[in-house]
Amino acid sequence: MTTDYGDTLIKVQDLHKVFGELKALNGISEEIRKGEVVVIVGPSGSGKSTFLRSLNLLEEPSGGQIFFEGEDITDKKVDINKHRQKMGMVFQHFNLFPHKTILQNITLAPVKLLKKSREEAEKRAMELLALVGLEEKADAYPAQLSGGQKQRIAIVRSLAMDPEVMLFDEPTSALDPEMVGEVLELMKKLARDGMTMVVVTHEMGFAKEVATRVIFVDEGQIKEQAGPEEFFGNPKDERLKEFLSKIL
Amino acid sequence: MFQEWQDKFVNNFITDDRWKYIADGLVTTLQVTFFAVIIGIVLGFLVAVVRSTYDKTGKLGILNALCKLYLTVIRGTPVVVQLLIIYFVIFGSARDISKVAVAVMAFGFNSGAYVAEIFRSGIMSVDSGQFEAGRSLGFNYVQTMRYIIMPQAFKNVLPALCNEFIVLLKETSVSGYIALQDLTKGGDIIRSRTYDAMMPLLAVAVIYLTMVIIFTKLVNILERRLRSSDH
Repeated sequence: MTTDYGDTLIKVQDLHKVFGELKALNGISEEIRKGEVVVIVGPSGSGKSTFLRSLNLLEEPSGGQIFFEGEDITDKKVDINKHRQKMGMVFQHFNLFPHKTILQNITLAPVKLLKKSREEAEKRAMELLALVGLEEKADAYPAQLSGGQKQRIAIVRSLAMDPEVMLFDEPTSALDPEMVGEVLELMKKLARDGMTMVVVTHEMGFAKEVATRVIFVDEGQIKEQAGPEEFFGNPKDERLKEFLSKIL
Repeated sequence: MFQEWQDKFVNNFITDDRWKYIADGLVTTLQVTFFAVIIGIVLGFLVAVVRSTYDKTGKLGILNALCKLYLTVIRGTPVVVQLLIIYFVIFGSARDISKVAVAVMAFGFNSGAYVAEIFRSGIMSVDSGQFEAGRSLGFNYVQTMRYIIMPQAFKNVLPALCNEFIVLLKETSVSGYIALQDLTKGGDIIRSRTYDAMMPLLAVAVIYLTMVIIFTKLVNILERRLRSSDH
């Protein structure tokens, strides 16, 4: 792959994260460019989720810097909330707001934070719902939806903020197998439309098909990274070989 | 037999308009309960916000320590003692202060401690993923609390909150300690006039019971409503 990507969107420098005794992240430096689909894999406890959650400071780094659109967001003076508006995040357990309808889930942030009018926000929400084929669920509550539907709504809720990048934290791990496909399809569609994505997942098929780059994280460090063909076809790191032999 | 009961009834409630002790006492009891509930909710809410903010973020340490002290003292001492201290110690030199106001303060202050812990458990019972989802969309801490956590917490604790008010209604019956003529005191005054304990005190008990039964029914209806919106 020799595709040229745009400017650097996220730049991570020597990122550390310590939980008590545990060193979850042990010096990670990385760059994410516009339009990239970066898939992060690794054994459980490797720090891959912590790394992802650090990118929008849901986990506060113990050391190192994170630049988003050129600005150091680990600087205490920075209004992180402004930056988070441009970094959509999708969680393993969806985290839809159960007391709000689907439409309200999607329009809450655009109305309150982007100061969009209700009509404008709802119009956009309905467009996005149409994109994922769930328009008829607009007035339903999250409890009335299947897991796959919930996750697609959670993605839509993030998209409604028109983010620069989407962060996915094991988006299909809590789903019944028959529902994984519908979520992955949507993510593939986003990738094809040029969305910058950072995805922590165990779905190697997804990584092979749409990733522009695959990163292997182990013991809080990036041990190897390459384009998907190289990554899966010719792994070099011993731990990665072992990891791939177990899951493929 | 019937005649005897009728005479007793007339003597206890009709003669000298003695029913007014009960009626006026009931009004006082409801007044004290109503305003104490409002103070309890406001105070309890504020304390709960401070406590859970500290639990979640580690901020507001000093306020949190003050709140903890308040909770420990209030929950560790009998409400009668608190009532007496507020009336005879804190307002000891202000003899013209309204007893209703003192009772409202004492019971409001007392209830706030219990309401605070109810609210706090409600806030903490909301899944942390909800908080993360709010923050990841760009809401700040206060906005996340207001739009996402509080509505869910409030719904979770509504039944417990209503029960706290039923308890409060009954607790105000110790207001007689500061010679406030509430419902209980009203019944007791009749007893001291007529030397008949059974009828006035039973009447008082029946009135409390009726109010509690009505409130409990309302709480049950509310609970069922809340559950039905959960699907």
